[in-house]
Amino acid sequence: MTPADQHWFDEEAGPLVRPYALTRGRTTSKQRDLAMITLVVALQRVTPQLADSLEPEGLQIVTMCQHPKSIAEVSADLGLPLSVVKILIGDLIDRQLLMFRSAVTPDINVLQAVINGIRRL
Amino acid sequence: MAYADSDPNQRPGVRATAVKLLIAGGFGVGKTTMVGTISEIPPLRTEELITELSRGVDDLSGVESKKTTTVALDFGRITISPELVLYLFGTPGQDRFWFMWDELAEGAIGAVVLADTRRLESCFPAVDFFERRGIPFVIGVNCFDGDEEYQPDEVREALDIDDRVPVVLADVRQRASAKELLVTLAEHAITMATATPA
Repeated sequence: MTPADQHWFDEEAGPLVRPYALTRGRTTSKQRDLAMITLVVALQRVTPQLADSLEPEGLQIVTMCQHPKSIAEVSADLGLPLSVVKILIGDLIDRQLLMFRSAVTPDINVLQAVINGIRRL
Repeated sequence: MAYADSDPNQRPGVRATAVKLLIAGGFGVGKTTMVGTISEIPPLRTEELITELSRGVDDLSGVESKKTTTVALDFGRITISPELVLYLFGTPGQDRFWFMWDELAEGAIGAVVLADTRRLESCFPAVDFFERRGIPFVIGVNCFDGDEEYQPDEVREALDIDDRVPVVLADVRQRASAKELLVTLAEHAITMATATPA
């Protein structure tokens, strides 16, 4: 039998089949306001029960998001395209395993904080 | 919804939000180098799948076919404070990926456009993009091997940009220089935000 951490497809399926197989064929997310720099953070610690209830990629995301990470970072770490990661993260938000913080509008206070922060580097 | 702002005290960092800025310019001008110079993490690479219509120039039948390719984006991160994280994205170099720029530019502080005086024209498309959309940008004239044969005003004239757009001589391999570019951009963004619209 196929072990739980493997999928039915193989490398022959090519680079495009694999990502969308992970999303069960979906190419857009219900979560419309997820952007590249939207920060996501896990709302639960990883327990054996939680691990058993998640697909491998979902478990990886919840594990790496114990501290806030941007969707772009999750995408880079998983080696999966942004659009695919947004769908997977949308699913985890629906299950209340993750929460997200939308990017802030760069108003003058934010810009001043950025200037001060960069000068301190 | 229940997941918004849950238990912020128990999970530090949940309140953090993010902003971004872009590093643009022609291919090989030093965009990823600059990200690497200033980022607190080694530059990461994310990618997006895109479907584009392709029509071979030799294709006499005129049949268009759809082709899926990936666009890679290099980016870095600077933690400004526990509440604020800054991401720096290098823009894709190829002109055919312009549509990616719209998502990249959405909500961005602005852009550092790197210019190489040996082939200044390679940054024209980026300058044009940010000008048309009213997105704050500064020009960083990346001086390779320390040559400073061009003065900022000559570059400004060659690029035909507004007098208010800062033009800074830079060496993006140097941290101090990369910092100066970012600070100049944020200051310019404040100036633009507080100026009366023309």
